[in-house]
Amino acid sequence: MTNSTPILALEGVHKHFKAGRNTIRVLQDVSLSVTQGEIVCLVGESGCGKTTTGKIIAGLSSPTMGKVFFEGQDVRHLSGEAFNAYRRAVQIVHQDPYASLNPTQTLYRMLSFPLFRHRMVRTQSEARARVLELLQLVDLTPPEDFIDKFPHQLSGGQRQRVSIARALTVNPRLIVADEPVSMVDVSIRVSLLNTLSDLQRRLNLTFVFITHDLAVARYFAWEGRIAVMYLGRIVELGSAPEVTAQPQHPYTRALITSLPEPDPQLTRNKQRIGLRSEDIPSLLRIPNGCAFHPRCPWHVPTVCDVALPELARTESSSLAACHVTAQTAQHAAALAAQAQESN
Amino acid sequence: MTHQPVLSIQNLHVEYTARRGKVKAVRDVSFDVFPGETVAVIGESGCGKTTLALALVRLLARSAKITGGKVLFQGGKYSAPIDVLRLNRRQLRAFRWRNCAMVFQSALNALNPVLKVSAQVQDTARAHGEHDAKQIEERALWLFQQVRLDPRRVYDAYPHELSGGMRQRVLLALGLLLDPQVVILDEPTTALDVLTQRTIIEVLKRLREEMGFALIFISHDLSMAAELAHRIVTMYAGNIVEIGQVNEVFYQPKHPYTLGLMRAVPNLSGQRTDLISIHGSPPDLIDPPHGCAFAPRCAYVQPICHQQAPPLEMRATDHASACHFWDQLPILREMPALQPKAID
Amino acid sequence: MTTATPSLPQARRFTLPRLGGIWSAIRRHPSGAIGLFGVTFFLLMAFVGPLIIPEPKVNVSARSQPPSAAFILGTDNQGKDIASQIVHGARPVITVALLTGILTTIVAITLGALAAFLGGLFDRVVNSAANFVLTIPYLVAMTVLASFIRLNSPITQALILTLWSWPVLMRTVRAQVLSLREREYVEAAVALNLGTPHIIFREILPNMASYIAISMILAMTSAIYAQIALITLGLVPLSDLNWGKMIFSARTTGAIYIADTVWFILAPVLAIALFQWSLVTLARSIEDVFNPRLRSGA
Repeated sequence: MTNSTPILALEGVHKHFKAGRNTIRVLQDVSLSVTQGEIVCLVGESGCGKTTTGKIIAGLSSPTMGKVFFEGQDVRHLSGEAFNAYRRAVQIVHQDPYASLNPTQTLYRMLSFPLFRHRMVRTQSEARARVLELLQLVDLTPPEDFIDKFPHQLSGGQRQRVSIARALTVNPRLIVADEPVSMVDVSIRVSLLNTLSDLQRRLNLTFVFITHDLAVARYFAWEGRIAVMYLGRIVELGSAPEVTAQPQHPYTRALITSLPEPDPQLTRNKQRIGLRSEDIPSLLRIPNGCAFHPRCPWHVPTVCDVALPELARTESSSLAACHVTAQTAQHAAALAAQAQESN
Repeated sequence: MTHQPVLSIQNLHVEYTARRGKVKAVRDVSFDVFPGETVAVIGESGCGKTTLALALVRLLARSAKITGGKVLFQGGKYSAPIDVLRLNRRQLRAFRWRNCAMVFQSALNALNPVLKVSAQVQDTARAHGEHDAKQIEERALWLFQQVRLDPRRVYDAYPHELSGGMRQRVLLALGLLLDPQVVILDEPTTALDVLTQRTIIEVLKRLREEMGFALIFISHDLSMAAELAHRIVTMYAGNIVEIGQVNEVFYQPKHPYTLGLMRAVPNLSGQRTDLISIHGSPPDLIDPPHGCAFAPRCAYVQPICHQQAPPLEMRATDHASACHFWDQLPILREMPALQPKAID
Repeated sequence: MTTATPSLPQARRFTLPRLGGIWSAIRRHPSGAIGLFGVTFFLLMAFVGPLIIPEPKVNVSARSQPPSAAFILGTDNQGKDIASQIVHGARPVITVALLTGILTTIVAITLGALAAFLGGLFDRVVNSAANFVLTIPYLVAMTVLASFIRLNSPITQALILTLWSWPVLMRTVRAQVLSLREREYVEAAVALNLGTPHIIFREILPNMASYIAISMILAMTSAIYAQIALITLGLVPLSDLNWGKMIFSARTTGAIYIADTVWFILAPVLAIALFQWSLVTLARSIEDVFNPRLRSGA
């Protein structure tokens, strides 16, 4: 399942936007590599840079600094057919099922355009057969009922399936799914996630799955990894079960303990960690040192507000960017024990 | 809970006029809300929960009409129950702030961008006959403190200077300005980040204890309901299909729709269980199906379900459901020994 | 909608509103139907009317008559039938309006879409040009132009009017394209490598169709006003009979002051007002015709 070269790798990626005289640092020094067939979830709150990371991976935005490698090759140096191959290999599924489909096209038109464009079919009947196959693949059954419909005739969940089918037209190997289930109803969410997992296994797809919901991330990426982002940096990276059961970074821990759970006794008796401040700093004024220090309950003056912690090995096998977990192994062990307790 | 309900909804019906016909958005809904109690109304979009909330304060769109039922309120200056649906314009205006506050999902844009928060606080109070500016300011500052805002700074700020979570809390404080007996929240934390959502939850928990208001919140988020509610109301296709104590409903649901929702939500701690979704989609409310509205999607469906709508009946202590086969549903989890804290 | 035609690849067809769709939109919007009826009426009057109704003739014995059975809108100071003048004076006005509307739309869409897509220097040049044109008061400029360009052909007139009407529409098209290209389905098309022509013609423009149709109609209405202003002010040669010339003559002969001749000025003014009103009413309901949600009758 794992190739020697990752299918996609980010190395020291920065993304800055100019807003008048100010520079907004949306991403800072993000490195991440994804191997074929793997699921990586990017988790974080709004403004953490997860969507921008997804766009850079999908080649829809280019980094201000740093490099993006597709199968070991710097994408900036790809041209012609090599670039087209990268474009086709990496596809995106958007969050909003109401904005991601062109309202003026039927599903057939929408899905047949890329097939014709990339010469994957030659005739109308070939295209129709392939589109039916794709609709079947994303569980829009019977496909004959859907192929001639316009997006407005479908429910949110069905549209999301069309979005996935559209991404699949060009036989991609990596799909960036940007909050694909956050705007659909609870009852449908799971079936969408299950369809995605199913496709991942059947087609050996690689997923970069972006979500703000750690519970969804844990469910979907159970055999994959979770990267937790905060103010443009990855602050924790590890296997999904480990990151959710033994969070190493205080921010991850805050997220996990803050999330309510669908179990009255469990959620009411959950231990919370209190933050020092409620306010998320602006991307225009990212705090010095560890960006989380103004809110962090473990804050160590003169350390955390001065030096930038590096993403490093911790007591568990995850990586975390925190001075405290890095310095005091005992502390980390105690926390792990505590986390176990709260389960 | 032998005392009088603060809000008693009786056989409420609401219809929308659409091009194709009448959408029966709320159908024969009845339940009581007691003082100090928190009731969560859960269900998928289109189940009628938001329409219900809007009907309670009569803020429905023009195309909607309340076609039957009563909303009885008792509290504040009303020592005997009054029907909210029969209040005149002036009484209704007073009711909406003094007795019942409502904060909407779309509330993030509800503050006037050109007025300072202080002006909006004073205007609101004045519109309801409170003229002592000094006293209002003190009350507002106290409330801001309660919702964990920096009172002075927020009071003198323009809305754009505040983040989404802060504005949400300003609106909550504004709603509580005149000390209402009932607060209705529509998807109070949907657009907010996890940590901000946690702040709002904690603030609500504390305020309801300190101020003693009853809280009705509309949410599709089961976890929020699990955390905050004393009682759960599950709505499906405009009907209440289940109503009961939070532990009862979560651990031993007696309607397959509630059971389906419980099984469809991923958890974060504990075992990772495979989730099962409810197949199909909600029915057309212009022409609702015969019999049980959930039957076409139900895993436990029997022939009778398509013919006869099951009545909403008591199945256990303080736990009603509208299902013919309520006693054949699996128990999700053993009831915890620990009983929920009694309502204040 | 997709009974595949073997010769013409389906994927290359434009989404055009179907007749049935237009019909159901009209049924839902009676005011739109009235607008459509009005516009059709005026178009028939302008292009078919002159073939049926005789040209107005001088008739000294019937000067300045009020409306009657013989002359339904009365006669002018030379005894010419006003109703017949309205019919014969419609074509020049409507032709120029149509031409201007079409030209303005073509110019504005081309420049607006290109400016939005190319950005950079092209965008800046187009924008400055638009701003420059907008700062020139058009009546003054027309006055100057009229003194050395012969404005008698409808095409010259339309060209001159287009010169002043493209900037406003261009700027809104540019803004629309800028916002539409941020849509997620456009991003998906980029990721699928469908190419810029595809993105402009298949993803963006179809979503602007109603907007373009409405803009074209509104460009026509302003072209009518501009044209009438030019004629009424005497800036255009008065060779042909048209509504503007009628107003001009009525004004110069003092028709407005005599109760019996007031129809001479009222008739063309009413004709213009009614035509404009029909256009605007039609424009307001046109959205539905292009909206697939409503078109498919869901």
